[in-house]
Amino acid sequence: MAVKTYDAGVKDYRDMYWTPDYVPLDTDLLACFKCTGQPGVPREEVAAAVAAESSTGTWSTVWSELLTDLEYYKGRAYRIEDVPGDSESFYAFVAYPIDLFEEGSIVNVLTSLVGNVFGFKALKHLRLEDIRFPIAYIKTCGGPPAGIQVERDRLNKYARPMLGCTIKPKLGLSAKNYGRAVYECLRGGLDLTKDDENVNSQPFMRWRDRFEFVAEAIQKAEQETGERKGHYLNVTSATPEDMYERAEFAKELGMPIIMHDFLTGGFTANTGLANWCRKNGMLLHIHRAMHAVIDRHPKHGIHFRVLAKCLRLSGGDHLHTGTVVGKLEGDRQSTLGFVDQLRESFVPEDRSRGVFFDQDWGSMPGVFAVASGGIHVWHMPALVTIFGDDSVLQFGGGTQGHPWGNAAGAAANRVALEASIKARNEGREIEKETRDILTEAAKHSPELAIAMETWKEIKFEFETVDKLDVG
Amino acid sequence: MQNGSQMGDYQTAQTLETFGFLPKLSQEEIYDQIAYLVAQGLTPAIEHEHPSRSMDHYWTMWKLPFFGQTDLNTVVAELEACRRSYPDHHVRLIGYDNYTQSQGVSFVVYEGRG
Repeated sequence: MAVKTYDAGVKDYRDMYWTPDYVPLDTDLLACFKCTGQPGVPREEVAAAVAAESSTGTWSTVWSELLTDLEYYKGRAYRIEDVPGDSESFYAFVAYPIDLFEEGSIVNVLTSLVGNVFGFKALKHLRLEDIRFPIAYIKTCGGPPAGIQVERDRLNKYARPMLGCTIKPKLGLSAKNYGRAVYECLRGGLDLTKDDENVNSQPFMRWRDRFEFVAEAIQKAEQETGERKGHYLNVTSATPEDMYERAEFAKELGMPIIMHDFLTGGFTANTGLANWCRKNGMLLHIHRAMHAVIDRHPKHGIHFRVLAKCLRLSGGDHLHTGTVVGKLEGDRQSTLGFVDQLRESFVPEDRSRGVFFDQDWGSMPGVFAVASGGIHVWHMPALVTIFGDDSVLQFGGGTQGHPWGNAAGAAANRVALEASIKARNEGREIEKETRDILTEAAKHSPELAIAMETWKEIKFEFETVDKLDVG
Repeated sequence: MQNGSQMGDYQTAQTLETFGFLPKLSQEEIYDQIAYLVAQGLTPAIEHEHPSRSMDHYWTMWKLPFFGQTDLNTVVAELEACRRSYPDHHVRLIGYDNYTQSQGVSFVVYEGRG
């Protein structure tokens, strides 16, 4: 054993934490950070500082380091790469030994990796671009309570995306009027409806009243259509106790699915609720309020692909991913990159999609990608092409803004969806043939014809703020 | 806002899940969907059930799934045979995906008279 001596003072981080010869282990957790250092600070020092501050290190050497085997526990910066088209920033790759993290705790992983280090003065900006979770760690996480395959079986939805919609107006409806809006959407052909994220239990509509009226709406729609239906009952609350009370009541009413906001609610609440859902045979829809605060800046924060991976591990059966074509930010290649992370069992490194590592998910169930926000019937063929069958397409305004009301709006979307799926299966290029496919389908559906007329001019063509890094 | 005379009334329908909102598929269109099923490497299978029990998870299987079957005409003939035997029942075509253990194709081909 090498003899070490205590040498007090401040040392360069790179002496200990920059290890370019290191070959990462299969069990290491790997991270890619986009670093923008303060002027004059060498890249290796910045990378090493990130590795140190997100693992074992602190700014000064301490004597108690010598009581442990830091060579075993330390994080290591092992590679630096240029960011294409950006001379100011660079990628730092860091390897963390698996024993730094508590099993099954996304909370613990994030507290380490995106803790103090993000406020570090030597850095101007820092962004966590990707994490490679070792399969050994993945096996310690619960993951989606049901997963795509089980959800399809429970809801009897096969061979197509599911259709949903968020009930509007977001706030202010009484429970009975709210249930009316749900019933109309479901009888018209939607599979699922959704509480808006900020619908919790306000004075105008307390949660228990909402749950009861929605349950009746679902039961009636199921009886009348012969199809299975659901509504994401939002159980996000001020305290875990309230959350579980609401979840229990949803189960008591025989509802198939509840909903949680994983970022505002937090990963502790989310993981606990996912475990409860798994135990109680309940599906879990996950909304992502607050994500753009964290993930939109191209040089600072956490990329959504990391948050998506974390959610799959923490647990959820659906996750919002943006729409690419609707009103909210989302680059197509980048979106496809994290949609893969939600659904596939293995995702290879692919820089053209912003995927920095091979990621083996093993047997972890998949999460439905949810496309929601500013989409309408004209987008349907594009959405089917982008998101494929394992997705939920949610048309809020695009259902309830129909001149004949929710049921007709729902029917219009369902006809457009099924026409797109049928045409895709026939081998047609549905994105290019959007107009033909929808026009043909509208001959049998006056609801679709009206919807096409209503939304023919609406487009959301703005440049994406957070683009993939290309030269 | 349209006034009452321009506004349509959407009548709730029994729609039996995927493709329930399209007009009944023609023989040629059914053929195209079977071709897709086969091209995707799925296993064709047929199920039938009385309309009064259409909400059940399990419908009755017609024979066994046709493992390895890639001849479209055989599948069409089996669909026909199933319908002849159970004219009152819904008849559903399934494409089993053994990788996802789900169904890559699933739609009601013939609606039973009930």
